[in-house]
Amino acid sequence: MLGRTAASLYWMSRYIERAENIARLTEVGYRISLTPDIGIGHREDWKSTLIAAGSYEPYLERHNEITSEKVKHFLLFDRDNPSSVRSCLETARNNARAVRTALTREMWEALNSTYIDFASVRPADLGSGKLPEFLDWVRQRSALFRGSMLGTLLRDEGFHFSQLGAFIERADNTARILDVKYYVLLPTNETVGGDIDAFQWETILRSVSAHRSYRHVYKDRYRPWNVAEFLILRPEMPRSFCFCYGWIERSLEGMSDIIGKKTASLTEASSILHDLKTIPMDAIFQSGLHEFLTEFLKRNNSVSAHIANDFHFL
Amino acid sequence: MVALADGMMNTQASAKNKGSMKEAPAFFDEMRSADGSIRPAYQKIADWMGQQSRGGMARKQEEAEAIFRRLGITFAVYGDNASNERLIPFDLIPRVIAAQEWRFLERGIEQRVRALNLFLYDIYHRQEIIRAGRIPADLVVGNEAFLPQMMGFDPPGKIYSHIVGTDIVRTGENAFFVLEDNLRTPSGVSYMLEDREAMMHLFPELFAAHRVAPVERYPEMLRQTLESVAPPSCKSDPTLAVLTPGIYNSAYFEHSFLADQMGVELVQGSDLFIENGTLYMRTVSGKERIDVLYRRVDDSYLDPLAFRSDSTLGVPGLFDLYRAGGVTIVNAPGTGIADDKAVYAYVPDIIEFYTGEKPILSNVPTYRCSIADECHHVLDNLSHLVVKEVHGSGGYGMLIGPHATKAQLAEFEKKIKAKPSNYIAQPTLNLSTCPSNVGAGSAPRHVDLRPFVLVGDKIRITPGGLTRVALKKGSLVVNSSQGGGTKDTWVLED
Amino acid sequence: MLIAVHHRTAYRYSRAFNHSVQSLRLFPPSGQSQRVIEWHVDIPGIDQAARYIDAFGNQVALVTPPGSNDHLEIIAHGTIETIDTAGVAGFTQEAVPPSVFLRPERMTETSSGIESMAKACQAPARLTTLHNLLGAIHKTVAYDTQATHALTTAIEAFKAKRGVCQDHAHIFIGAARILGIPARYVTGYLLVEGETSSVAHHAWAEAYVDELGWIGFDAANGVSPTERYVRLAVGLDAVTAAPVRGNMRGAGEEKLTVEVVVDAAHSGQQ
Repeated sequence: MLGRTAASLYWMSRYIERAENIARLTEVGYRISLTPDIGIGHREDWKSTLIAAGSYEPYLERHNEITSEKVKHFLLFDRDNPSSVRSCLETARNNARAVRTALTREMWEALNSTYIDFASVRPADLGSGKLPEFLDWVRQRSALFRGSMLGTLLRDEGFHFSQLGAFIERADNTARILDVKYYVLLPTNETVGGDIDAFQWETILRSVSAHRSYRHVYKDRYRPWNVAEFLILRPEMPRSFCFCYGWIERSLEGMSDIIGKKTASLTEASSILHDLKTIPMDAIFQSGLHEFLTEFLKRNNSVSAHIANDFHFL
Repeated sequence: MVALADGMMNTQASAKNKGSMKEAPAFFDEMRSADGSIRPAYQKIADWMGQQSRGGMARKQEEAEAIFRRLGITFAVYGDNASNERLIPFDLIPRVIAAQEWRFLERGIEQRVRALNLFLYDIYHRQEIIRAGRIPADLVVGNEAFLPQMMGFDPPGKIYSHIVGTDIVRTGENAFFVLEDNLRTPSGVSYMLEDREAMMHLFPELFAAHRVAPVERYPEMLRQTLESVAPPSCKSDPTLAVLTPGIYNSAYFEHSFLADQMGVELVQGSDLFIENGTLYMRTVSGKERIDVLYRRVDDSYLDPLAFRSDSTLGVPGLFDLYRAGGVTIVNAPGTGIADDKAVYAYVPDIIEFYTGEKPILSNVPTYRCSIADECHHVLDNLSHLVVKEVHGSGGYGMLIGPHATKAQLAEFEKKIKAKPSNYIAQPTLNLSTCPSNVGAGSAPRHVDLRPFVLVGDKIRITPGGLTRVALKKGSLVVNSSQGGGTKDTWVLED
Repeated sequence: MLIAVHHRTAYRYSRAFNHSVQSLRLFPPSGQSQRVIEWHVDIPGIDQAARYIDAFGNQVALVTPPGSNDHLEIIAHGTIETIDTAGVAGFTQEAVPPSVFLRPERMTETSSGIESMAKACQAPARLTTLHNLLGAIHKTVAYDTQATHALTTAIEAFKAKRGVCQDHAHIFIGAARILGIPARYVTGYLLVEGETSSVAHHAWAEAYVDELGWIGFDAANGVSPTERYVRLAVGLDAVTAAPVRGNMRGAGEEKLTVEVVVDAAHSGQQ
């Protein structure tokens, strides 16, 4: 497989995953904005959404105030925002077009029809309660793409690079969501682990579709400690670091078998997974959750860079 | 030559006198004879058309569009803000070519393609045809499309143009003309294949009622053709690749489609590099050798060391490696000289010179403004003629006399007088019509035909080709950029 | 005359390249006016080069030096025996016929100024025309190493009335072609008159005369080549005749040094 093809598959999957995550974050922001204002206004909620989406700075460059409408438009439709759902879908599709021969017809059709249908949506049509339906649709389309990939793609190089892109991006997103909620919403580090409105916890879990599965696993109300553990260390939680790295390691092992040598990215991914499997939650809190997340994001980026280098991405 | 051309002009003029060109032209319809009867090849199609309801056809039309859009068969339109991708309209009614008509076309195309490859070999070697005085030296070696760097080189199999798309128009029962030879990088073959696929999906019953010659083997034949021209350095099964300028190229879909159908890599210049006399592509495990490169990148962008130094679409050193026998470039660089508009007028001579035979297919009568007598004739008849710039490509720098304003005519007269050798002129052609689905039922629309020819260890011509249709009423312009569509093209077997 | 040549091309980069391709036309031909006694081209990877003779008769080596590096050196060196033929290189062996050298190229396109100079030089005998042209260009265009650069065209240099050997050659070629005389670009080496050692990478023009073949015209010096000239490569213009064309992938800023030392070689027979 061409290095460029591998790169395109990797980025195609990353951008589809990102589109889904932006839709999830927008949904949470929207949900919060519907609840009664508790005094500080919804600006702070939208701000945290923008930060979690990695789009706060770019937003401020284009707008001087945070309003519901502007943020929604920026996150979903703005062509000048490279992480808007529209831009993500377009980038994903451009990458897919560049490697059409490496995709199955089902994968291409899932992505291409999403792109075409999205293009026909006018932001003005999403008023009065139609937004959740639309965001659901975005998530479903992402699921359709992953489903067609899992159901039709040969388990060879192409599959491994698609998996790597999806899980590197997902790990990154989960880390950002956690970091924003703990660090941005709370004024100081000391209050981490203290009391907080259950609603805030629910929104974190909701943004990763885990507010119900949490109950199954913990049989308890939302507690910061548990939520962090759930999203970081639990291997059965499909958006946790541990789960993502399980797949990253498996795909990198698969690639090492194919090219016949152990790569630097595999060594690094294995070491991250080992750490995740052995570190206890209280150690993470003791050394500071934010510091832990910052370090994780850095290591995750480094794995991504090594993948590009090991497999001759251009 | 001139006399023949004049005769043609007279025929046209008399047709014009009987009725104004605009209102009641005597166009040849491929389904219906002048007396209204249906030609035998179209009999079952006509019956079928009679059975279709308007609503049913509209639904099938929508279904066809959905199929093409989902497959991503679009072409890029530059400078269109709303969306840079559009579908080429697909016409549901197939174009039918009778078996004996096709046999004639096939022989004619094969003769022409063979002769043009011999011509290319000759002008890049001893130039016997110039020495024999059959074509002016300056027209060939002074031509921008002539590539001096190709001289003295024997490409594998002595083949230059491996993939050809001969544009043919029909004006009467037995009147076929070659309009252009397209020997560089002709496109459209993916539409031929997908049109067939779509038709079989939409109207299986029609195929059950006819014996339609298959086109599906094209990718396999392309593969065989490419494998048959592996370079001398290749000692085992050759590795093939398709070189594309990238996803923003208007024919990107086709590049990707062909690579996929052949089961080979679709590469860009940045994927390739040369090392120790071998061309490689960068793969996830390092590198893999390439022996035959089917390139869909123009000559001047192939190699920044040999041609345009600012090109990022090619591979540095590729041309040297090609000449050293380390890789085969398909089509060869420099084939453009043989489909240059100024050389076109000489193709009948070229066929006779190399094959000793009379041309089977006719050229469109062409006046060369470089020859004083012919130039005179062109200037006297400007308002009846189509004038083309010889180095321009389709549509640019063109005058369509009958539709031109006085100012445009005056402008071209000035241009021709300033540099006669830059222009040729041809009569306007009465393109044949075929029934087309136009929403309000069916109506005749003008068509042309591009059969696809492969030249390798032997010449392989896919029965049929791409029919382009001018869907606008009365329009003679079949280009997809100007409202043209495509049709499935059937060659009936006996 | 025996002439020793040492021709060094050195690239240095602020950041290492990760892939390099060099297309070399660094192999002087033996012919009527010269015979190669010995010749070597040193560059990493030369043993694995792809080689062929190009359409203009030049030997070409396509070299890919192995590995990543921040510098690369190409050294061509050897000894050539030259014969004074009054500039006649003769009927050299190449695939392209003389008529190809009538093509106008971007670098050799002419202005009305060049054309009227060319017409003024026209004489009944082609050889006389060419000598007139040689004199006219030498007189009109001053030698000036500061006025032009590698991509200057004949039109620009003629307008500026100054330039280096490349510009003189392009103007000569353009003017000759306008008059219907095939003309081509030659790169080579020059041992300057009266010296035993010079630093001179040189270029001039050759024009075709039916009875004699190709004849050299060095408009920069106003003479036809003597036994002090060594022919290296020919082409339509400076671009197609360039002895070294390279491409580096991933490299930083480039610093190129070209040094040529030409010596009258010592020989037991002289």
